[in-house]
Amino acid sequence: MSWWEDVKQQITESPVWKSIFRHGYDDTPRNRILMVSGNVWLHLHPSKVRRHATRMRFTWCMGGITFLMFLITVVTGVYLMFYYRPVTQYAYADMKYLEFDMPFGVVMRNMHRWAAHGMVIAVWLHMFRVFLTGSYKPPREFNWVVGVLLLVLTLLLSFTGYLLPWDQLAIWAVTVGSNMGRATPVLGHEGPFKEILGVNPIYDARAFLFGGGEVGPATLMRFYILHCIFIPLVTSLFLAVHFWRIRRDGFSGPAL
Amino acid sequence: MATAVKPAETGKRVEVSIKKAIGPGDDKVHTWPHLVRAEFLCCVIIMILMIVWSLGVDAPLEEPANPARTPNPSKAPWYFLGLQEMLVFFDPWHAGVVLPSFIIVGLMVIPYIDINPKGNGYYCFEDRKWEILTFYFGFHILWVSLIVIGTLLRGPGWNWFWPWEKWDPHLVEALTNINLPYLFGIRDYFWSAIFGLVVSVLFVVVGMVGMYAWVVWLKGKEFMERWGMTRFLITSFLFVNMMAVLVKMLLRHLLNIKYVMETPWINI
Repeated sequence: MSWWEDVKQQITESPVWKSIFRHGYDDTPRNRILMVSGNVWLHLHPSKVRRHATRMRFTWCMGGITFLMFLITVVTGVYLMFYYRPVTQYAYADMKYLEFDMPFGVVMRNMHRWAAHGMVIAVWLHMFRVFLTGSYKPPREFNWVVGVLLLVLTLLLSFTGYLLPWDQLAIWAVTVGSNMGRATPVLGHEGPFKEILGVNPIYDARAFLFGGGEVGPATLMRFYILHCIFIPLVTSLFLAVHFWRIRRDGFSGPAL
Repeated sequence: MATAVKPAETGKRVEVSIKKAIGPGDDKVHTWPHLVRAEFLCCVIIMILMIVWSLGVDAPLEEPANPARTPNPSKAPWYFLGLQEMLVFFDPWHAGVVLPSFIIVGLMVIPYIDINPKGNGYYCFEDRKWEILTFYFGFHILWVSLIVIGTLLRGPGWNWFWPWEKWDPHLVEALTNINLPYLFGIRDYFWSAIFGLVVSVLFVVVGMVGMYAWVVWLKGKEFMERWGMTRFLITSFLFVNMMAVLVKMLLRHLLNIKYVMETPWINI
């Protein structure tokens, strides 16, 4: 036995190592199952799956890519949060600061933005694939509903993030994108039947979202909190339900 | 002797395990490594693409926000441009509130209104023609193509510009739109509203009744009974509303119709 093997054995058989790692990499059926069931992240999967569910041409891997995009935006988003202040005086300056002074600032911002767009596209393609394979059919009806909620949350995440750079693109895209708020029947000051509740430009559905009659400092703070805390938390909860349901119901596939 | 028996035994055993492998519940493979490997490779490839893309293409950043300077055109984020394009055909309360609600609710009810047991877990057009065609129509024709139009073909004043045309902010397009009752020679406001209301209601009712007859003709009475009235009403209401979007688009583009019904409260 070489000295290397000797050291390796001493490490892997020490009580500390054994308390952390329960099993090695031996390619045995038992170990293959332990790899999945003994790992908190991997045990989102069942330890055995139907063969066709591992094929890319069946799944397109789009659900996984959507989740990966979500994780990328979480990681890059936390990095951006270190340098960004959601205050109208500073927000735009912080974008420039990110771009020119911060190490990897511009790459992190680019990745955050492109991953957000990628997530919207991937979640649509995921829905399209799930529709084509009829994977929403019993017993997976409710998981499709959860998926639609996640689709809406994805759009809201992206939309609230759109405002944060506080440039012309941001405030006008958000102004136009939330005009539906003021056009809501009964609740919006430009919608039908607005007289019933007596709503006005600073007291209607859009003002509730904006914290005022138009996009302003209060809107920036609201969208920041919605974007960084509230919607990610809600999304995470629904993601947990979504994954759990797949785990319980199994992957869809042709009848055996 | 013993060596002569062994191959036969082995052969028998192999035969049994093949039978088992194609039998129910036994096409399963270990997640590690079969699925985890595919996921890992996919993850690595996407990460490389994302990093290269992010190094090469900068996220847009325009001049600082200025509430006093409205850009022309002002566009919503690209994934909402289908809805913004809808504003050409419908008032904001309809294009921005009612239609998105119908889309979300319509998507959610899909598993409950689709009772076709076939096509669960595999790709097949033949088994579920109408479901797939409807989804294609809604997703590709209405949603995606309207986003493409709103993103690429709409310029200042939300006027239509082909990619090779210069965006002219001073372009004046004559507004020659008329309402549907006007086309039929009705000039009185009150009777115009009544006419529009009747047309709108008739469209929905005739559409739903027509769909009922069509489904019975196509699939038979037995299917309709199995499908149930609740499922039919939800499906046909949403379907007729989806078709109404197409009809309104055609009316607008071909006949310059602005509203079918105009009242002091709501216009359709």
